[in-house]
Amino acid sequence: MKKVVFSLFSIIAFQSFLFAQVVPGEKAKEFNLKNVDGKMVGISGSTDVKGAIVVFTCNHCPFSKMYESRIIKLHEKYAKLGYPVYAINSNDKNKEPDDSFENMVKLATDKKYPFPYLYDESQEIAKAYGATNTPHVFVLKKNANGYNVEYIGAIDDNAQDESGAKDKFVEKAVDELLAGKAVTTKKVKAIGCTIKWKS
Amino acid sequence: MLKLRVVLIFTFSLIIQLHTFAVEKIPVIKFDEIASILNKTNDTVYVLNFWATWCGPCVKELPDFEKFYQSKANSKLKMLLVSLDFKSDYQRLVNFVERKKISIPVVLLDETKYHTWIDKVDPSWEGAIPATLFVKGSVNFRKFHNGQINFNELKTIVSPLL
Repeated sequence: MKKVVFSLFSIIAFQSFLFAQVVPGEKAKEFNLKNVDGKMVGISGSTDVKGAIVVFTCNHCPFSKMYESRIIKLHEKYAKLGYPVYAINSNDKNKEPDDSFENMVKLATDKKYPFPYLYDESQEIAKAYGATNTPHVFVLKKNANGYNVEYIGAIDDNAQDESGAKDKFVEKAVDELLAGKAVTTKKVKAIGCTIKWKS
Repeated sequence: MLKLRVVLIFTFSLIIQLHTFAVEKIPVIKFDEIASILNKTNDTVYVLNFWATWCGPCVKELPDFEKFYQSKANSKLKMLLVSLDFKSDYQRLVNFVERKKISIPVVLLDETKYHTWIDKVDPSWEGAIPATLFVKGSVNFRKFHNGQINFNELKTIVSPLL
């Protein structure tokens, strides 16, 4: 009986570990990952910024593709205001060969990504943030001790048609932070591809 | 020549009929239809699989769903493949279902403001697909499975409920 209770407990503990996600307001883990240019890049080394827009995305996912140009626009609009985009691919290349580092380099070159496109090969950063889908955005605000998570979720409310998007959640969150306000909508879920975890 | 014409007309009308049949086979629904299943109190076991033709792991698990569905024919199991393909990709979905010879009922859920309904399926769901929900209203049973699932897992969850 003890054994059963123990194994039940460990299953529950394991599951909650699997799905643990940072909560808006919590401290964000800092990262330093290999960029498509071969250099190590991360929020840790950033000075003169107010925060960051961290986007877990990948090459192959149709939803990531639909948002590619919108992610570029977010960077173009907000990097100069202190909120640069960091795109991170955490997918296991064995599960999804399209998401290998070589293919990341190719995509970043083809699309002229103006932001770092980082390879989370160990999947440690995706796990630390509790990222589950692509694209999955985490808006971070810099403070004296590092970064805090301020928003988690979707870029906007219309994946298929950018011009049809009414609620631009990430823009609204960053605009509020820039205005010195608290973020009103802190979390918005959306359908997306699952992150391909290593087995 | 007349014979050829007749054959041609017959073939075309058959194609049109088949096409119409396929189109009618996949209803386009709104979330309230899903909600009504979630609120059922009868002893039917409902298995709702959220998927899309563009989703690799979803497509991979479909044969297991199909095999399980066929193994439980004549039981109180109602399975529904809830496609999250866009309405504009409707024909792609129809073609896919025909090509893969899927016998499980398929619907296209046309609700792209995802944040308005994801939590109603399950609060632990972040929106990644595939995802599967099991419901048996008469005993207040509800189980949500995140990610790919196989035949044995389906059996383990569903069989004790039937």
